[in-house]
Amino acid sequence: MAENPAVSEAFDHEHLADERRSVVILFSGDSGDGMQLTGDQFTNTSAVLGNDVSTFPDFPAEIRAPAGTIPGLSGFQVNFSADELYTAGDSPQVLVAMNPAALKANLSELDSGGILIVNTDAFTRNNLRKAGYDANPLEEENAFGEYELVKVPLTTLTRNALEDIDSLSTQARDKCKNAFALGLVYWMFSRPLENTVRFYQTKFAKMPDVVEANTRALKAGYNYGDTIEAFSGRVRVPSRAVVEPGIYRRITGNEAVVYGLVTAAQKAQLPLFYGSYPITPASPILEGLAGLKNFDVRTFQAEDEIAAMCSIIGASFAGSLSATASSGPGIALKSEAINLAVVMELPMVIINVQRGGPSTGLPTKTEQADLLEVLFGRNGESPIPVVAPATPGECFFYALEACRIAIRHMTPVFLLTDGYIANSSEPWKIPDVDQIEEIKAGNRTDPEGYQPYMREAETLARPWVVPGTPGLEHRVGGLGKQDVTGNVSYDPEDHEHIVKTRAAKVAQIANFISPLQIDGPEEGDLLVLGWGGTYGAIREAVTRCQAKGYSVARGHLRSLNPFPSNLADVLKRYRRVLVPELNMGQLAFLLQAHYLVEVEKLNKVQGRPFQIREIMEKIEALLD
Amino acid sequence: MSEVMEEKTLTRKDFVSDQEVRWCPGCGDYAILAQMQKVLPDLGIPRENIVFVSGIGCSSRFPYYMNTYGVHSIHGRAPAIATGVKSANPDLSVWVITGDGDALSIGGNHFLHCLRRNVDLKVLLFNNRIYGLTKGQYSPTSLEGHRTKSSPMGSIDYPLHPLSVAVSAEATFVARTQDTNIKHLSQILQRAAAHKGTAFVEIYQNCVVFNPTAWDHTTDSDVKDDNILYLEDGKPLIFGKDRDKGIRMNGLQPEVVNLSDVDEQELIVHNESEDNPHYAYMLSRMEDPHMPLPFGVLRSVSRPTYDELLLDQVDQAVEQKGRGDLDQLFKSGDTWTVE
Repeated sequence: MAENPAVSEAFDHEHLADERRSVVILFSGDSGDGMQLTGDQFTNTSAVLGNDVSTFPDFPAEIRAPAGTIPGLSGFQVNFSADELYTAGDSPQVLVAMNPAALKANLSELDSGGILIVNTDAFTRNNLRKAGYDANPLEEENAFGEYELVKVPLTTLTRNALEDIDSLSTQARDKCKNAFALGLVYWMFSRPLENTVRFYQTKFAKMPDVVEANTRALKAGYNYGDTIEAFSGRVRVPSRAVVEPGIYRRITGNEAVVYGLVTAAQKAQLPLFYGSYPITPASPILEGLAGLKNFDVRTFQAEDEIAAMCSIIGASFAGSLSATASSGPGIALKSEAINLAVVMELPMVIINVQRGGPSTGLPTKTEQADLLEVLFGRNGESPIPVVAPATPGECFFYALEACRIAIRHMTPVFLLTDGYIANSSEPWKIPDVDQIEEIKAGNRTDPEGYQPYMREAETLARPWVVPGTPGLEHRVGGLGKQDVTGNVSYDPEDHEHIVKTRAAKVAQIANFISPLQIDGPEEGDLLVLGWGGTYGAIREAVTRCQAKGYSVARGHLRSLNPFPSNLADVLKRYRRVLVPELNMGQLAFLLQAHYLVEVEKLNKVQGRPFQIREIMEKIEALLD
Repeated sequence: MSEVMEEKTLTRKDFVSDQEVRWCPGCGDYAILAQMQKVLPDLGIPRENIVFVSGIGCSSRFPYYMNTYGVHSIHGRAPAIATGVKSANPDLSVWVITGDGDALSIGGNHFLHCLRRNVDLKVLLFNNRIYGLTKGQYSPTSLEGHRTKSSPMGSIDYPLHPLSVAVSAEATFVARTQDTNIKHLSQILQRAAAHKGTAFVEIYQNCVVFNPTAWDHTTDSDVKDDNILYLEDGKPLIFGKDRDKGIRMNGLQPEVVNLSDVDEQELIVHNESEDNPHYAYMLSRMEDPHMPLPFGVLRSVSRPTYDELLLDQVDQAVEQKGRGDLDQLFKSGDTWTVE
């Protein structure tokens, strides 16, 4: 929003006691240091206090890369604000560095004037060497001149605070140093401790001494801040003033997908069959659904990606709402079976949580480079609808929508998310379940005049007839077939007819989806067009450029196949079109091919999301 | 089955589809198709509750010719698709039709995992030791040295033993029969249908075009009875044209003995429900020229089926947590209210 330019402003420590509109904190430490949990707790507490929050976890691909090294780092960035937020922030104003590697890897990101909290106990010769420091930077004079350096012997202080908890080993007590750090940060931003204390009580319910140790470390950290007056002052980030009334919670993209699928099954009054093979970053969807069996969810952890895909085809044939999720490499393995689903014309949802590729690539990092894979990565003419949510919260609606399209049009549907929105979180207004439209999923039972590939005029969908229905026994398969009868056919005309019919069926979905909405001038110099998880950065960048007086409009595609029916018209109304993507220009390629328009590209393939300033710079360069 | 269904008597004809059968003349598949169509009416399963799922290969055309529900899927994947079918609706009787290449080569992984999970499927593997649909390359059951279009100097692949693979993959039902051995085939199909869990049946099937001599030693009337051991539960292992040979253990090895020399008491007594798979595995390794080939049910043990366990967990979850409530789910964890 135009009135919220605070995100990228330098953090001015002269005014630390002042109220801030928003702050970005980065917690960074060894993957065993509990940084995800720490960041999560800070975020929950802030959300409950009424801040808008946006988070970006960043963890290593290895479960426990060598402790103390840069590849072993796990980070959690949280942006919390008194205003509406769209991203986790370009760069932090507070960096909590649990060891030298965390300092080395992240210091250049910290805003000038920012606060740097370091665990001095971790700056041993061994750790310094592992992080690539020749000498201890904390001992160098003026090394941190532009920051406010807060040196805390976290390990020692935590040990002291927990001295008399004899039932815990030193190692177990040292694990509580993240609670100490969290307490200190809570003090700094005047946050209450209750939420986190309650969390410890639930999480470690069976280990009262662990609850006690964490709670005590948390409080010790808080009191430490109070006692030593480490900082020039405390910061207050007030609650948001204008928020749509309702009950809110935090949600990640993967959680929202889980909820969307379960909701779709309930609204269609069908069991949900979910077949999947574990893969980063899609596994949390399998884990989430496995815990919801009381919703008649049947989870099948398949022997491989191919079996996962095949199992959902079988389940769909037998009448379940079915879905699978994977990431690029797994989708590649599934592709032959996906084509069987295309030819069998059965409803199911295939989720691709994109990660950096090609090959194994960057499993824990984000990228948008599978757009062309899901559109074209199969043999033959193989049209499949593709929907792509823009934010973690939208994953709920679009998972539901993907199921709706699948059932209404009798087709597999791709839901394309990415590692960024899958793992990031934002506040989510809990929808009113009764207001969510039912999904009509009636199976045909009337044998009179039935043909397996007879079609509805409006959608070209064939009837969904499930085994167990008397008189409608039929066979379907992957061979070439005649439309209507579904009989095997190698006839040239039959083949061309059914290939064109499948294409028309998917194209006609455009009649059922929302047109592309434009934010900004209806025509003019520049349209910034995006898709997927780049939404927040694009929205914020365009809003700020508009506030600076630039004539720039913005649109975000949620349907990538088919494109919304007004897209051709929208593209014509702007002199230039900029497409920022976390790939080498895949949407740009499609737009050029479909609409013969020139497209300006902004591409980034670093496994990281866009920063707002990167997009602003490109917009300004194009318009100046 | 409901009473209404039992009243309606189905015949072989009810299971014949309107599709023209397109296997080569003389193909062993015809005999298997005919027996299946004869056996199904006796099972008392409503036709609409039967699903045939196949992969790719000559045998995989099978579902098109059955007037039931059917999926002719993709190469090697039938067990995975059938697992989805059965998990979605455990009331269905689901049959997987596969071949030696489909099940043991391209689909090896799905075959293994379907067996160990004990999904309630009937898996019929038509073994002809050759790739027929692609016109004659060696398969994973082709013998060493087999000269084919893709092995002109003889195959250097060591073959798999389908029954051994099945036993090793924790199969609860393992049997062998043959296309032209109509009575035996019919009995085994019925036994497979009655088994709860994955029922694996290897069917020796003759490819008249690309590997016509593969099973001669089990079909030539001169030698077949000396080469086949018909297994009968609770009976000693006796075979031969004159039923004059038996099998006993010699140390850790089975050996063929003449009944004129050895008392019947010394012979191994067949026990298909032996829980320990060692015995069934031993049978699965018996082959010519020194040993007869066991036909019949090698192993039939009871273990809960995957589909049963899957649905049990749904029931348990409902019992423990109550039927899922979306509103409650959404509001689990930390929430806050904006007035």
